[in-house]
Amino acid sequence: MVRLITHNLLACHVKGCTSNNFPLQLQNVQIELRDADFNADFLKTFLPKLEWKALVESAKELGDTSLPVEQPEMFDDDFLKNLHHVLLEIHIEEGTMICPNCKHSYPISNGIPNMLLAEHEIG
Amino acid sequence: MSRPELQAPPEIYYGDTEAKKYTKNTRNQQIQADMTYRALELLNLTPDEPAFLLDIGCGSGLSGEILDEEGYIWAGVDIAPSMLEVALEREVEGDLFLQDIGQGFGFRPGSFDGAISVSVLQWLLNAETSHPTSSPPHRLNRFFTTLHSALRNPSRAVFQFYPSSDDQIQLITSIAQKAGFGGGVVIDYPNSNKARKVFLCLYVGGGGGQQQQIPQALDGDVIEDGKVRFERRRARDLRKDKNGKRKSQKVVDRDWILRKKELYRKRGKESVPRDSKFTGRKRKPLF
Repeated sequence: MVRLITHNLLACHVKGCTSNNFPLQLQNVQIELRDADFNADFLKTFLPKLEWKALVESAKELGDTSLPVEQPEMFDDDFLKNLHHVLLEIHIEEGTMICPNCKHSYPISNGIPNMLLAEHEIG
Repeated sequence: MSRPELQAPPEIYYGDTEAKKYTKNTRNQQIQADMTYRALELLNLTPDEPAFLLDIGCGSGLSGEILDEEGYIWAGVDIAPSMLEVALEREVEGDLFLQDIGQGFGFRPGSFDGAISVSVLQWLLNAETSHPTSSPPHRLNRFFTTLHSALRNPSRAVFQFYPSSDDQIQLITSIAQKAGFGGGVVIDYPNSNKARKVFLCLYVGGGGGQQQQIPQALDGDVIEDGKVRFERRRARDLRKDKNGKRKSQKVVDRDWILRKKELYRKRGKESVPRDSKFTGRKRKPLF
């Protein structure tokens, strides 16, 4: 149930891991496609929150290359459709997310990432 | 029965059976739904503008379902795996995370347009181990600071919770203020034992144009069905005497008396008064 929309907001929260902790790298992922309602207004308001480069990279890791490398200034329907698909319809079911900085791995099982930390990692 | 948060940590208390039980209970569903609607009302989001919300302690998705219905896109975190499993079965739309909110969030700054949380904060008030990071103030601090940064400016976070004392409210609000939040506590129906609900309304930002104000608490008559709450229980209690035994019902009418007498005769009880035209009549007031 992790979608790229939340993955794009997620950084590592291990103690002391404050720089270069985003985006979490996806490994050994199994994805599932599920239709979602298209909402252009939501996408437009959400765009400023996205880290575009990270989104394109993670989409590539999941095998989707429909997004342009640079964030376009004008949004046409095709672009929004693609963005909608990437953000809201690709669900990561299994896999791991690994912090590029501290290498902490967050396992995803059954679509739910385990974000729990060990005692010494709590900030 | 003592409060659930005093019995075991949430991930253990809400095991497989309790998670199912909790979710199936229609009373819980109703209460959760009511409180979610109220929390959304207190969030005061701009109508017709799509928002991305965080559901803190989403559990089995009872509140998430309402968010789905209302058209919000949301992500939820909870510490009880069994509850999340139930949420998966119920096919809620939001993204779910297994996360201990006392350990803080890793969301990037400004990720969410608002946060709601129903019946969760009280779980943060118990220390599970003696490690310094598991003391309630430390966990609350970590929770509120990371939440504050994860929320957009300006935005709100609304928490419904069950404090067991004023000290707990004091502790929570003071830590939230230190984390940078404005706002305070709204108590709905403060004079009713049953309908009383405590909401913590926190603001991020709110300087600039309009000052954010604490919303009005609901007050006055909770009674919607025209009955006083507890009436049934009081009526039941009235029927019991001091020893906890049920008092005999009041004499109802002549037919009832005749039936009882007939019954006693059949059982062979002695000295049952004979029936006459005076049976069951009220005495005249003789003064």
